Amino acid sequence: MNLTSDQVIFWQHGFFKLNETIVTTWVMMAVMIFGAFLITRKLVTDGKVSRWQAGLEIIVTSLQGQIKEVGLAQSEKYLPFLGTLFLFVALCSLCIILPGYKPPTGSLSTTAGLALCVFLAVPHFGIRKQGLGGYLKTYTEPTWIMLPFNIIGELSRTLALAVRLFGNMMSGVMIVAILLTITPFIFPIFMTALGLLTGMVQAYIFTILAGVYIAAATLTPAPAAAPQRKPQPAPAT
Amino acid sequence: MDSTTVIAVASITTAGMTIAIGSIGPALAEGRAVATALTSLAQQPDASSTITRTLFVGLAMIESLAIYCFVVSMILIFANPFWKEVIAHAGSK
Repeated sequence: MNLTSDQVIFWQHGFFKLNETIVTTWVMMAVMIFGAFLITRKLVTDGKVSRWQAGLEIIVTSLQGQIKEVGLAQSEKYLPFLGTLFLFVALCSLCIILPGYKPPTGSLSTTAGLALCVFLAVPHFGIRKQGLGGYLKTYTEPTWIMLPFNIIGELSRTLALAVRLFGNMMSGVMIVAILLTITPFIFPIFMTALGLLTGMVQAYIFTILAGVYIAAATLTPAPAAAPQRKPQPAPAT
Repeated sequence: MDSTTVIAVASITTAGMTIAIGSIGPALAEGRAVATALTSLAQQPDASSTITRTLFVGLAMIESLAIYCFVVSMILIFANPFWKEVIAHAGSK
């Protein structure tokens, strides 16, 4: 039994292997890009808004709200990266209900790639916000003794991001596959529904955790509080 | 017992015990987390969105420990390197 969809190879040429994970990822990317292109061709700001545009607006505004709540005040800067993460993982999870589809996030290579993107994005946003020295100084907070622990923590939470998403998606697919050999009639439907739920929750978790890591790296320490000035008495009218 | 049998028995036993023992801790922890979240929801219902979001993030972090155990168990059953080595050795003999 295949653990992931990496083992199904469509085409091979020397070192380069075209397996099912890569092909499914390309199809997902094509669906997202082509769908977004079709919907955003005729954007209107007032009057009769098409339902596709309204749907996209709901998604974008709720993503912006969530990014603001995580602690990133200028959500427009981080919306492309975090929004793409969420939309990709959510779409890959949603398509589980299609027959014959195996989610590409059920392969450790895809989730490791996504976690590497987050691992590289955190210093990118941190250095852009605070400069190189300011970002490197966050590793020595609260004291310089914490430096090795901060570095190890950085590596381990990237690994945890990858394995968490991989484990959740792979276990969902595997449970349904095993159940299909035991009780193929009704029970796999419930497990697929549960897989849908956990897939969407994991997409949200991945995005929120990436946002929290970026917020931790871009957090400028608050300046020392200015001494309170006595309020001026209001002029008598 | 030859080495094939030893590897098979060890893999099967360890796979079962990994997932059995490994899910005790996260289950207890998630129960306590949800109980505390329900208590604080009852005390402050207007902070429910923050509490719910923090609860889900915390549950995902706790759940990932059980997922690690599950991944180890699956590797032992389906992608076991020692078993593959032994089978390749027995096949080439």
